[in-house]
Amino acid sequence: MIEKAVGKSTGPTRVALTGNYAAAYAAKMADIDLVAIYPITPQTTIAEKLSEFVADGELAAELIHVESEHSALSATIGGAAVGARAFTATSSQGLELMHEILHIAAGLRLPIVMAVPSRALSAPISIHNDNSDIMNARETGWIMLNASDAQEVFDMVIQAFKIAEDPRVLLPVMVTYDGFVVSHTVEGVELPDAEAVRSFIPKGKWHALDPSRPSSMGPIAGPDWYYEIKFGQYHAMRDSIKVIAEVMDGFGKKFGRNYSPVVGYMMGDADFAVVTYGVTWGFVKTAVDRARSMGIKAGAIKLNVIRPFPSDAVISYLRGLKSFAVVDRAIYYGAPSPGPVYTDVASALFMSGHAVPALNVIHGIGQRTMYINDFVEVFKELTKLDESKVIFMGVRE
Amino acid sequence: MALIELRWHGRGGQGAVTASQALATAAIIEGRYAQSYPEYGAERRGAPVRAYTKISTDPIMDREPVINPDIIVILDKSLITIPDVLSGLKSNGYVVVNSRTPVTVNGARVVYLDATGLATKLLGKPIVNTAMLGAVARVMGDFMSIDSITAALAQYFGGKVLSINRELVLKAYEATTL
Repeated sequence: MIEKAVGKSTGPTRVALTGNYAAAYAAKMADIDLVAIYPITPQTTIAEKLSEFVADGELAAELIHVESEHSALSATIGGAAVGARAFTATSSQGLELMHEILHIAAGLRLPIVMAVPSRALSAPISIHNDNSDIMNARETGWIMLNASDAQEVFDMVIQAFKIAEDPRVLLPVMVTYDGFVVSHTVEGVELPDAEAVRSFIPKGKWHALDPSRPSSMGPIAGPDWYYEIKFGQYHAMRDSIKVIAEVMDGFGKKFGRNYSPVVGYMMGDADFAVVTYGVTWGFVKTAVDRARSMGIKAGAIKLNVIRPFPSDAVISYLRGLKSFAVVDRAIYYGAPSPGPVYTDVASALFMSGHAVPALNVIHGIGQRTMYINDFVEVFKELTKLDESKVIFMGVRE
Repeated sequence: MALIELRWHGRGGQGAVTASQALATAAIIEGRYAQSYPEYGAERRGAPVRAYTKISTDPIMDREPVINPDIIVILDKSLITIPDVLSGLKSNGYVVVNSRTPVTVNGARVVYLDATGLATKLLGKPIVNTAMLGAVARVMGDFMSIDSITAALAQYFGGKVLSINRELVLKAYEATTL
């Protein structure tokens, strides 16, 4: 028999869950009133689990069967419009089919929460993971959180309801994470007490339709008002970063797991850093340790929030570095840089007046395997980087 | 950080993914850190499938594929001839294979179990994943209790199927010799 001794941890009790099940358990503990989801890989197991909860009487939500993602989000909007805590989920082409309605949910300022395990976009068809779908939804007016593992998925879905329903925000929130590598990976997840969750996120009240005070929602606005309404939406999104930070802080105090819009690893004395989101974070943290053992002053940062872009926190980490890299798992065709988050970081940096050479690393497209040592190579490249450039890692040219 | 890594090879429909998940679940029940994930292709019966289980004392950061497994589990003996299947096994590692007869692999300790026979007898179908879990538990020895595995099965099966699979795991555990 195997000679290794793998000790037991003394931490809190954890339950074995996939990332998708973590999202479903969080929605259940949030006591959602309405769920409308259309199945698509790799999201489907969220729809399955929530249907099971409803069928077994564990969740008293209205489950609406729909014929497409366009209808799924439309039904969810209908629910939120009458004051229901409404939840949906999708991936990839499903998010694309929803795209029109994404803008409407945000414009109506409805506090919907949606889980999005990300998947590459067609054509050619790929069921595998990259972040092309979620990155394409960045300018739809949704707040976008990004989780790196199943625990973060659970925690961020809880946080998402509190952020969305805050009267200072009232915007829909997407909790994004990597399809398969998170959505279908079984990991240990700490599940808090349901009562503690409910007291953290008491159901909010918003501008819901009310038959005793008849009104309509989202009617036409002429040139005399449309601009002001959109300006209000812009401010709500921009200012939501403060509420997000506050909610994450409160979550840490209540549940003991700390979050902030941007997280740093070994950044104290770092000369070189890699900016990540999603599962890349875990790979890069280990790569930082390996690079440091080679004498490279390496560090890493992870974006827990993609929208609103946490410019101030990102710049506070990147200021003073000799160079940095942004790893993107999506390609923007014809953009100034192919990586969407690189473009965001570059804009933030330009507006802040700081400039250092920066590498855009494209990796993991269509779930091409990533290795820790790929990111050790990135750190080596950063030590000799004198001008900004793009690397497509692992591609056959 | 102590880490044990397993790589499961099977064919679509044999349940390699569920077995790898149930093993991770058992490790989590025991208070360890674990990860299980499949390498998905198109999901179809008969296609080669691989899945990974990592079990550790500490949180597992990355999601690299398992390149150097401590244990390779082969649910279909015909897969053993595919070059990648036996690759990277650690020097004192184990190959656990579904076979009626002894199998030798250069440089590896091999444990075999007639999982097909056992599963067919108890389940009435050659779904060999839970039988192979019993054999893997035997190989893991003190480090994985068979009770945790039978407890973990409740997350993946219910009713009569659960009780038959629990019996199957225990029978397979008894039938496996090192």
